[in-house]
Amino acid sequence: MEATLQSRTQEFLEFVQAGGQVETGDWMPDEYRARLIKFIEMHGNSELMGVLPERDWILRAPTLQRKLALTAKIQDEVGHCQLIYRVVEDLGKRREACLDDLVSGKSKFHNVFHYPTQSWGDVGVIAWLVDAAAIISQKALLKCSYAPYARVMKKVCWEESFHILHGRDTVLAMVTGTPQQFALVQEALLRWWEPLMHFHGTPIPAAEDPMYVWRIKSQGNEDARQQFLDGYVPQILELGLEIPDPKLRKDEETGVWEYTEPDWEKLMAVVTGHGPASAERLAFRRLSRAEVGWVSRTMLPEAA
Amino acid sequence: MIFEVFRQERKGQAFVHGGSFHAPNREFADAYAREFYARRQESVALWVVPREEITTIEEFPDEFDLKYRRVDGYSIKARLKEARAAAENSTRLRDAGSAGGA
Repeated sequence: MEATLQSRTQEFLEFVQAGGQVETGDWMPDEYRARLIKFIEMHGNSELMGVLPERDWILRAPTLQRKLALTAKIQDEVGHCQLIYRVVEDLGKRREACLDDLVSGKSKFHNVFHYPTQSWGDVGVIAWLVDAAAIISQKALLKCSYAPYARVMKKVCWEESFHILHGRDTVLAMVTGTPQQFALVQEALLRWWEPLMHFHGTPIPAAEDPMYVWRIKSQGNEDARQQFLDGYVPQILELGLEIPDPKLRKDEETGVWEYTEPDWEKLMAVVTGHGPASAERLAFRRLSRAEVGWVSRTMLPEAA
Repeated sequence: MIFEVFRQERKGQAFVHGGSFHAPNREFADAYAREFYARRQESVALWVVPREEITTIEEFPDEFDLKYRRVDGYSIKARLKEARAAAENSTRLRDAGSAGGA
């Protein structure tokens, strides 16, 4: 019996490593299912928590057009959460359980959503660069071995591309504005550079990353970070903005970006709920969950 | 109830599975489908189907390996080569015959 399970697991591993995709009803090893749930749930949590820093700026948006665009972006992110939690539900964890674990701090959400926003400059930098970092990870998920997740990612990526352009447009408006506006973007970039360098995770080699081994992710963390640096550092520098890392440079021979080693312990602390805005954000989510609980109890009796 | 959504991106294209959602009834399912899958005009039509109404069939045994019904049942390479050689040969013979007769 044990040998059968082992050979079946091995067969499954070979199948996904050869590019095979799995559907909801297919047999899958327990470890694969558990890793899928944890990873996809964290993605869903991040979409939901990611709207809180932006929500603060709806009423403070500088123009009506920006207010509408920001509201549409927030609506998209909550929609992504809905789609992604649905994928988790089909894998065996109910949405209510995901929300319980999120507000109790048992499950995690992305590091960038544990930080406060201090000015409209942050809103531009988040929409442009945080979403750019996110779309690199999400595009790699289009090839995820779990097909229902990959399909949902198609829609997510399509919507994120508008967010990035809106963010870049916001940043461009400010860097071509008054010196004070330029300074708001520059200060925001200084604040967000470390979280951005943390975003794709520790540079664990892809072959040792279980998420890659199971082909849930199709690229290693460092590959994603290099792709981000390659795509966006030139776009940042051409605006005359300064990046707070004196070691940052591209080795022209190898094509590899060099940078100051980020503080990985700090990343670990942030994602385990010790970031500067973690407690406040979770408290807000807890509050809104209690306040709107009646809606789900009314609409979905089985969810009550 | 869980509803599955199939979306069509452009007229004439196939409907492709997009995802699913919970809804208490068809009326809400209609509203949610519009909201989740078409609010940016990314779809021209949607099929919204209660999951329990979908029958999945995925075992299609082919015990007798009925290859004669498929393209991969025919390997014509060798035969084609032979036929071409034969045709060339007969043409040459005919040409030789007509040349001799002139």
